[in-house]
Amino acid sequence: MESRKSHIFVGLFVVVGVLALLFIALRAASGSTVTAGETYTLYAKFDNIGSLKVRSPVKVGGVVVGRVTNISLAGEYYEPLVEMEISKDYDKFSETTSLSVLTAGLLGEQYLGLQPGFIDDTVGTLEDGDTISDTKSALVLEQLIGQFLFSQGEN
Amino acid sequence: MDSLARLGATVTDSVAGIGRALAMLLGAIIGKPTPRKSWPLFIQQMYVVGVLSLIIIVVSGLFIGMVLGLQGYTILVDYGAEQSLGPMVALSLLRELGPVVTALLFAGRAGSALTAEIGLMKATEQLSSLEMMAVDPLRRVIAPRFWAGFVSMPLLALIFSAVGIYGGYLVGSGWLGVDEGAFWSVMQSAVDWRDDLMNGIIKSLVFAFVVTWIALYKGYRCEPTSAGISKATTSTVVTASLAILGLDFILTALMFGG
Repeated sequence: MESRKSHIFVGLFVVVGVLALLFIALRAASGSTVTAGETYTLYAKFDNIGSLKVRSPVKVGGVVVGRVTNISLAGEYYEPLVEMEISKDYDKFSETTSLSVLTAGLLGEQYLGLQPGFIDDTVGTLEDGDTISDTKSALVLEQLIGQFLFSQGEN
Repeated sequence: MDSLARLGATVTDSVAGIGRALAMLLGAIIGKPTPRKSWPLFIQQMYVVGVLSLIIIVVSGLFIGMVLGLQGYTILVDYGAEQSLGPMVALSLLRELGPVVTALLFAGRAGSALTAEIGLMKATEQLSSLEMMAVDPLRRVIAPRFWAGFVSMPLLALIFSAVGIYGGYLVGSGWLGVDEGAFWSVMQSAVDWRDDLMNGIIKSLVFAFVVTWIALYKGYRCEPTSAGISKATTSTVVTASLAILGLDFILTALMFGG
């Protein structure tokens, strides 16, 4: 009887340990699934992505609709190519949609701001695998300061 | 000349000690596996070593997580960065405090008990009587305790980290008003599955091995007197704690330093 009781407790102990692992793995650490539910993939080319990272959010008016899944250099001219997964709930973005690299607050993380374009009979919607062509690069503070100083010098 | 001889004696003794400890460990864990006989012994030791350590681990994990949440918040809020409380609590627990504090508590709670138990077995000549009955005391007494410690400490460290993160969440989000969604999502984007979680588990496996080994060896090699047992128990806690802290620095430098 004594040994059966300790068997039960040891079993419970192991189960609790595995649950703790699951809790940490699912709740605290990030797995591969960054957006819940089904997603579709979009691409965008930028001149400069600043400090955008994989897993940075894609937001429409502050609402997260997807995540950046891959960043690479593509094409002859080695332009930064950003791959992102957008939730299937939002699959009616028009082809005139624009994308810009924005910063949350003055020192915050960078994210992609998606500006939905107009909808008309003549423009289609973005499908899985499409590339958004209208993009605005990240503001690089050093370049801004350089431009400002340059324009001051001319006066 | 005398001091030179003493130095030499100290060095030979410690090298011989490491050799004896290694021999004891190898004698205990290498050999034909006999699951039918050793499984019940292992379960019994898991109960003693693991389950009975659960309370101290859960309580200290909860409080350490809560203190981390409280202290982290007071500093981070000055910079308007209180949303980084989640990753601060989670990373410090998973990388450092989880494995290290669990190992220290484990050395104090279970390691000293193992040393005292085996030391007393030796003092009352139970180990010798086992040998006279042709039962190998290494396989019968040392091996199940070693495996139980080696398996249960990483589990305890995981429970410690999980409870600590929850404690940090309780204080940070429930009491101090950090946004709940930001707490978890910033934590998720900062904590990496392989870099942080796996390295923490590897650390706790190393600590489990070292602490259990030291505790068993100190008991097995103690002087068979009451003073000897008390000395061995103290020495277990001191040696194991120092070994944990020293190894932690080396492991951290290897894992996160480069």
